[in-house]
Amino acid sequence: MGSSSSSLNNVPDGQQLMQETGFSAAHLLRLYERFKFLDKDNRGHLRSEDFEAVPELSENPIGDRIVGAFFLPGQETVDFSSFVRVLAHFRPTEKNRTRAGAQPEPANSRNRKLKFAFRLYDRDRDGKISRTELLQVLREMLGMQVTEEQLQSIADRAIQEADLDKDDAISFDEFRKSLEKVNIDHKMSIRFLE
Amino acid sequence: MAALWPFPLLISESLWACLALTLPDGYPEPHNGPPTAGFNYSHVDPSVDLPSALRVFSLDYHHVQAPFEIVLWIMLASLAKLGFHWSGRVPAIVPESCVLIMVGLLVGGVIYGVRHSAPPTLSADAFFLFLLPPIVLDAGYFLPGRLFFENLGTILWYAVLGTLWNVLGIGLSLYGVCLLAPSSLGDISLLHCLLFGSLIAAVDPVAVLSVFQEMHVNEQLHILVFGESLLNDAVTVVGTGAAVLYKLFESFLRLPSVTGLDVLVGGCRVVVVGLGGLFVGLFFGLVAALTSRFTFRAQVIAPLFVFLYSYLSYLTSEMLHFSGIVAIVTCAVTMKQYVEANVSERSNTSIQYFLKMWSSVSETLIFIFLGVSTIQDIHMWSWPFVCSTLLLCLVWRATGVLLLTAVVNKLRRNAVTFRDQFIIAYGGLRGAICFSLVFLIDDFPKKRLFITTTIVVILFTVFVQGMTIKPLVELLDVKRKKRALPTVSEEIHSRLLDHLLSGIEDVVGYWGQHYWKDRFEQFNKKYLRRFLIGEHHQTHSSILRVYQEVERREQQGVEETPPVVDAHSSSRPLLPEEMDSIRRILSRNLQNFNNKQMPAYSRHTLHQDLTTDKMRKPLHRHQSLTERCTYHTITYCPQRVDGEFSKSCRGRARLSRSHTVCSASPRWSERPDSLVPAALNHTQPSDPGPAEEEPDSPQRRTQIERATKKQLSFILENEKPL
Repeated sequence: MGSSSSSLNNVPDGQQLMQETGFSAAHLLRLYERFKFLDKDNRGHLRSEDFEAVPELSENPIGDRIVGAFFLPGQETVDFSSFVRVLAHFRPTEKNRTRAGAQPEPANSRNRKLKFAFRLYDRDRDGKISRTELLQVLREMLGMQVTEEQLQSIADRAIQEADLDKDDAISFDEFRKSLEKVNIDHKMSIRFLE
Repeated sequence: MAALWPFPLLISESLWACLALTLPDGYPEPHNGPPTAGFNYSHVDPSVDLPSALRVFSLDYHHVQAPFEIVLWIMLASLAKLGFHWSGRVPAIVPESCVLIMVGLLVGGVIYGVRHSAPPTLSADAFFLFLLPPIVLDAGYFLPGRLFFENLGTILWYAVLGTLWNVLGIGLSLYGVCLLAPSSLGDISLLHCLLFGSLIAAVDPVAVLSVFQEMHVNEQLHILVFGESLLNDAVTVVGTGAAVLYKLFESFLRLPSVTGLDVLVGGCRVVVVGLGGLFVGLFFGLVAALTSRFTFRAQVIAPLFVFLYSYLSYLTSEMLHFSGIVAIVTCAVTMKQYVEANVSERSNTSIQYFLKMWSSVSETLIFIFLGVSTIQDIHMWSWPFVCSTLLLCLVWRATGVLLLTAVVNKLRRNAVTFRDQFIIAYGGLRGAICFSLVFLIDDFPKKRLFITTTIVVILFTVFVQGMTIKPLVELLDVKRKKRALPTVSEEIHSRLLDHLLSGIEDVVGYWGQHYWKDRFEQFNKKYLRRFLIGEHHQTHSSILRVYQEVERREQQGVEETPPVVDAHSSSRPLLPEEMDSIRRILSRNLQNFNNKQMPAYSRHTLHQDLTTDKMRKPLHRHQSLTERCTYHTITYCPQRVDGEFSKSCRGRARLSRSHTVCSASPRWSERPDSLVPAALNHTQPSDPGPAEEEPDSPQRRTQIERATKKQLSFILENEKPL
């Protein structure tokens, strides 16, 4: 649980991050260790090459999208705060928390998790998953297993199932509705980050 | 119609009465040891003995006795089952197992009354070698793999520790009771009690399956109870030879003294038995998968390999004193995905059907024999012992579940709620395994008491708990199984999330569940699938499978109605190959499916067959080919309330742009494979580039083109050459 040599003081913006994301001190330290490990050149921030150095990630069909999700639009580097903020989405949800209305929605709420997943599809950030974007994702995931026609028909089918306002694209609400039966809190949480 | 149900029973009863009456009383005296294998009870040849000259008519029963009796028993079982399903409201109230036991009691009573000697009992050999494997194989083959492995830790926790808790608890408490009543129970030693505890504590998969299948609780709960009942076998007992704890205690009984080392050895034994069964099952599963790869030239016998290898794994592990149940389940789980990819659809269907049939027959036979065997001469009753056993079973199970869940909930993401815990505790039914085992105990004065107690416990759990668990589930509002159609978008998004989580776990450097699952999938893809699956069989992604299943469902006219989907059916599409088999699938009548109105669903039906032939009638309206085409084009398009079929088809029509197939209709009735040459000639790979083109109205699309699209998906499904 964190090496003895570093303490929370070494972590940039440690206290603020703890408050914002809900991570405990131990977790934050762990993540900082990991951040430093990935940051091979010791620059203090990560570039996409650092991410690609993770071996299994390169085999992941949507690996580049995941990496892209860490980078804020327009940025080329990821500093520790952004790193942690993205990972905060994957904390398991606490069921009993009630929050005051003024507080911002915690990163690991169901809505935020879904939004994160939505942004994986919607790379151009126009708020809708268009058919092209869906096809791209399908192509990445299904790869060589299906023919192009099958891909098209699957994409057709998916859009037709989810698209309620008939604009031939999936908005965030439609996306959320199509996943209402799935236990997102369970699926999108890593216990390690509890 | 409902009034006809007694007839099958009457027929079977009369069959039995005749048999009992015609045979002379050659039955040997009942003894306390293990009954003779099989069901023989007469060795006298009752051929009519006319004096010398003429024998116009003779009866040589002895010649066909053994198979004749076996067939009669199976016939009785099946007719009883038929009668049960015909009998109006009974299935809704009473689970099948109860009715079968009652029938068995009846038959046993009749036989006893006629012959004044005990009826044949279920021999342990027959049970463990013939009756149990089909049920377990069926359970293993249709096990929802992903759910099982996700919950494996919890299941093992319950199976191993829970059973140990129960065994020790019941054994020790019973010994305490025996000490308290030294007059009647004084000669039962501690080890006897532990022995008894070990056989009575085990939850029985057969009973659990038969009761839970009719209840449709949520899948997680189902898999927990069911998985536990399967795996606790490794801990307690299995088969004629490989009883672990059981044998352990038995060997302790024989040893002059028990040392700590023996206990440690015993513990290792448990591990060895479980793991041994696992490896035997893995081995045979892989060999079966490999064999199935080469069966495409003799497809008719492909199903046979599945059964043979599974049974072989069971027998081998029994021979080696490993856990046969674990072996056969592992074998089934291992070979399933490869076999399904390798063999033709017909063989797949055959495999599934035969599995269901055999397990159904087995289960029915087991319960009937439980009933018959209850009528015995050898009962010994003792109020304190029996009642305390009953009570202790309930109490220890409840406390065990509570304690274990409290611990395991800290480690799980999905906590097991109190309601679920109650059902787990209450659903711990005992069944025929205990019964067979109790006969295997070495003779000692109070053995008859054990037998009686076991029977009472089994009857109590099956009847009382079995009958009340369904109302309790409804009363407690336990979360039920989702009766939803799988949707393609859900599948796609779930898949994306899986990949996402794996990626994040990689980034964070955490070897979590997703990591291992990914690693296994890669290993599977790289080595196992290449080795075990024939080259011409594609690997289908789950998204594709769900898509095909959804498409197929639409074509059959099942609109948005959610049919009752088994826990295991959504991951394994049964691909029909002809139009007739499509029509038999669930129609929209099933939205009226209600447990109270229809006979209770039995697990012994594949999900396709939930509609029986009575559902076929509405679909037979369209007889002519062209009409058939029309019918299908209409139902193929999704069911918008406004009924604007053409408009909603626009998306899909895009695909058929490049296809022009003439005379599509007449071909429609032929086997889809014959469409392959025709359609492929016309297929041009459609350019995926212009995906943003405006949706042009497909009203100009002809019916034929829409039909072509369906044919296309047929072709896609049936790419494997038969």
